[in-house]
Amino acid sequence: MTKLPLEGIRVMDMTVVWAGPYGATLLADLGAEVIRVESVKTMAPLTRGFMAHPPQAMMAAMPPQAGGYPNRQVGDHSWNRSPNFNSHARNKLSMTVDLRTPKGKDVFNRLLKVSDVFIDNNVVETMEKLGITYDALRAVKEDIIMVRMPAYGDDGAYRHYRALGVHMADSLGHGLVRGYPDMDPSANPGEFTVDAAAGTHAAIAVLMALLYRKRTGKGQLIELPSAQTFTAYMAQPFLEYAFNGRKTTTLGNRDAYALQGCYPCRGDDRWLVLTIGTEQEWEAFCRALGNPAWTKQENFRDHLSRYRHHDELDRHITEWTRQQDHKDAMQLLQQAGVAAGAVLDARDASEDPHLNARNFYQEAFTVDTGTYRYARAPFMLSETPADVRRGPVMLGQDNEYVYKQVLGVSEAEYEELVGEGHIGTEFPPDMP
Amino acid sequence: MPDQALSGVKVLDFSHYISGPYCTKLLADFGADVIKVERPGGGDPARKIGPFPGDVPHPEKSGMFLFLNTNKRSTTVNLDTDAGKQIVRQLLKDVDVVVESFRPGTMARFGLDYESVRAVKPEIVYASVSNFGQTGPYRDFKGSEIILYAMGGEMYSSGLEDRYPLMMGPNICLFQGGAAATVGTLGALYAAKDQGLGQHVDISLMETQAGTIDRRMATVLAYHYCGEVQRRTTQSVLGYPMGVYPCADGYFELVGGFVRWPQIVKMLGSPLELRDSAWASMTAQRDPTMQERFDAIFLPWVLERTKKELWEVAEAAGVLSAPLNDMEDALADPYFNQRHLFAQIPHPDAGTFTYPGRPWIMRETPWEVRRPAPRLGEHNVEVLEPLGYTRQDLVQLRAQGVI
Repeated sequence: MTKLPLEGIRVMDMTVVWAGPYGATLLADLGAEVIRVESVKTMAPLTRGFMAHPPQAMMAAMPPQAGGYPNRQVGDHSWNRSPNFNSHARNKLSMTVDLRTPKGKDVFNRLLKVSDVFIDNNVVETMEKLGITYDALRAVKEDIIMVRMPAYGDDGAYRHYRALGVHMADSLGHGLVRGYPDMDPSANPGEFTVDAAAGTHAAIAVLMALLYRKRTGKGQLIELPSAQTFTAYMAQPFLEYAFNGRKTTTLGNRDAYALQGCYPCRGDDRWLVLTIGTEQEWEAFCRALGNPAWTKQENFRDHLSRYRHHDELDRHITEWTRQQDHKDAMQLLQQAGVAAGAVLDARDASEDPHLNARNFYQEAFTVDTGTYRYARAPFMLSETPADVRRGPVMLGQDNEYVYKQVLGVSEAEYEELVGEGHIGTEFPPDMP
Repeated sequence: MPDQALSGVKVLDFSHYISGPYCTKLLADFGADVIKVERPGGGDPARKIGPFPGDVPHPEKSGMFLFLNTNKRSTTVNLDTDAGKQIVRQLLKDVDVVVESFRPGTMARFGLDYESVRAVKPEIVYASVSNFGQTGPYRDFKGSEIILYAMGGEMYSSGLEDRYPLMMGPNICLFQGGAAATVGTLGALYAAKDQGLGQHVDISLMETQAGTIDRRMATVLAYHYCGEVQRRTTQSVLGYPMGVYPCADGYFELVGGFVRWPQIVKMLGSPLELRDSAWASMTAQRDPTMQERFDAIFLPWVLERTKKELWEVAEAAGVLSAPLNDMEDALADPYFNQRHLFAQIPHPDAGTFTYPGRPWIMRETPWEVRRPAPRLGEHNVEVLEPLGYTRQDLVQLRAQGVI
C-alpha cells in the first residue's frame, strides 16, 4: 500500500510569520505529521494576524492580503481566519502549551521524544530564553533533526538582528536592482520573496537530513539563516559585480538582452507582459499583429536596433495592446509563438483555466471559516499527490489527539493542563 | 572527503538554463553524483548568458553557468541518434533520479519520457521542470521571468497605484522554481528509498509562483474569503515611517507605524515632540498633518546618517530594518564573509572568482565545492568507459556526432 513520502515522520513546528511556516507546510504536503506548537498565553507577532483581537474597523481598512477575513469580518476567532496565516496553514496540526513553565517544558520534551524534526525561525534570544538549543534537544532525542532559521545566523554580529523578508533582500542587494528606472528606490514596493526562498530551502535541508538519517541513523543541526538562502537568487547581479565590477541597477521591466515590457490593455488596470528574444519570435510577433507598417521601419531592422529603440518600440506595442483584452492578447501571441502573459490579479488567478485544469486550488473546511479553496503544493507527484488534505489548522485544534494519543496523557491530567492554561483553543479576551 | 547528505545518490540531469540546473546544483553541492547530459556542440544555453570575464563571451567562462553547475560532470549526448539513446538507457540503469527541463513532449520524442524510463527502471524518480507543467491548456506556452511573475506571482499588486506593475530583480522566479522543484524531487526520492516507489514529479514554474508564500497565495485566499482583489497601493495603511528612505550615503528601509511606534521613538532618541502617546493611535498614523510634523523631525535625522549607522541604531531600538546594499557593500560585509555567504571557486578556463556560497549549514554533512563546473563533455570518457565503450568506440561516436 503506497503511503505519502513522509508519512510516519513527525515534525514539531514552532515557526512564525511566513518563512518558517512555509517550510513546514511543504513537509506537511509531503505527508509529515507537522504539529504546530503554539500557546494561548502569548501570541507570536505577525503570524495568526497582527493581534488577537484586532478592531474590525482597523482590519476593514487593510488591503485584502492582511484584512481580507472571510466576508471581511474579523470574527470571534480572528486567529483562525487570517488570510496571511491560512494561506500556508494547510495539512498541519496544532497543539498548545505554555513553555515558560516547568510542566510546559515537560510536555515539550515528551513530544520531542517521539518527534523526528524540530523547526523554528524565531529570533535567537527567544529560543535561548526558552532553553531550546540543539544540545538540549539532543539530550532528549539523540537523532533529532533541528532546523534553526534566524534572519542572519545563530552567531556573530547580526545574530540578534530582526528583519522581515524585504529587509534581508535589501541587505543582499535586491532593493537596488528592482524598481521604476525613472524613480529612486524610495518608490519601491515591498516584496517578500526571501520568505519563499528560506521556507523552500528549509524543506530541502530537512529532506536531505532525513535521507542522511535513513542511511546512517544520525540526526543533525541545520542552521539556515533566511538571508543566506537568498544569495543564490541574486546570482546574476552578484556575478556582474564579481566578474566585471559592474553594479547592476534597475531595468524596470526590461531584460538585459531580450525585448521586454509590461503594456496596458483594454479595461481598468489590465496589463500584458511579453518577451521577444529571437528573430523568429520577432517575426511571429509582427505576423500576430498583422504586419503593421511600423514593424518595417529601419529602426526595427534587427535585434540590436530594436533594442536601441526600445522606447519607440514600446509606444507602438502600447498602441496595439490598448485595443486588446489582456487574456485574449496572451492567447493570440502564444498561439503565434511569442512568449506573452496576462498580468493576473487575484481573481484572474483564482479563475485561471490552466491552474484549475491542474486542480491547483482545492476545497477545504474549517469550523471557523467554512469551506473555501486553497492553493496546494507547488509540485505534482504522480503516485503520492501532495493535495490539500486538511484546511488551515485552528489554534489548539489537535490538543486532544496530541496530548491523549501521542503523549498518552490521562483524562485527569488533561483536565489539569486545561485548568493551568496549557491547553486551549482561544486567546484570552483581554489580550489585545 | 566527508560524508555528505546525498552521498551515493546518482542523478542524470537533462536540464538546462536556470531552474532545473539550480535544482541539480543543490543536489550536487550536498553530495549527489550529477551527470549533466548536454547537447554536443553548444551544450547548455546558460553557457551563453554570462557575465564573462572582461565581457568576452566564451562557452567555458559564463559566470551563471559556472555558478549553476558546480560539482556536476558533463557528458555530451545527441539524443536524436539511436546510439545516443542507447547510451542514455545504459546510464539510466544506475541512477536514482532524472531531472529534465525540456518543453513538454520533447523527452517523449527522444523515447525518454517517464513512461518509457519507468518501463526499464520502475523505482526511478523522474522530475520534469517546465514553465507551465506537463498538462493543462497553457502546457505549450512560452515563458520568461517576467511572464512567470505576471501569471504566477503577485506582479499585479507590485508597484505604484498610478503606474505599471513591476517585476522583481533578474531570475528570481526561476531560482524559486528550481528550489521548489528540489523539494518535490527529494520528497519523491525519500519515498523511493523508503518504499521502493518510483514516480513522476511535474513541476510547473507558474505554480511555484502561485504556490509560494510571496503574497499570491494570501491574495487569492483573501479574494476567496471576501471577494476583493489586492491592488497596488502607495499609501501604507500601517502608518509611518514605512518603506524606503534616502539617507546620507544611499537608502534605508524600515517598518514603523502604530504597531511599532515605541521602537521608532526610542530609535530617534525619544525627542520631546514624539513622547505624547497620541502619536501611536491609528488616527494619528493616518493623519497627513501629523505625518508632516513627523517627517519634519524624521527626514533630517535619516539624511544625516549613513545606512550602516542607521542599521545599528534601528536594530538597537528593535526596529525591523535594513540598508539597501549594493553588491560592493554586500561583498565587503565582514559578517556575510564570516558566514561564507560567498565562495571563491577556481576554474581552469575562467580563473578564480567569487560566487554565491553556502546556502545553509548542516553540521554533519557540509555543503562543499568538490569540483568546479564542467567543461562541455569533459567527462565523456569517465562516464562512458564504465558502460563498456572503448576509447576507439568513443572516437567513432564523436565522428558520428553522437557525443
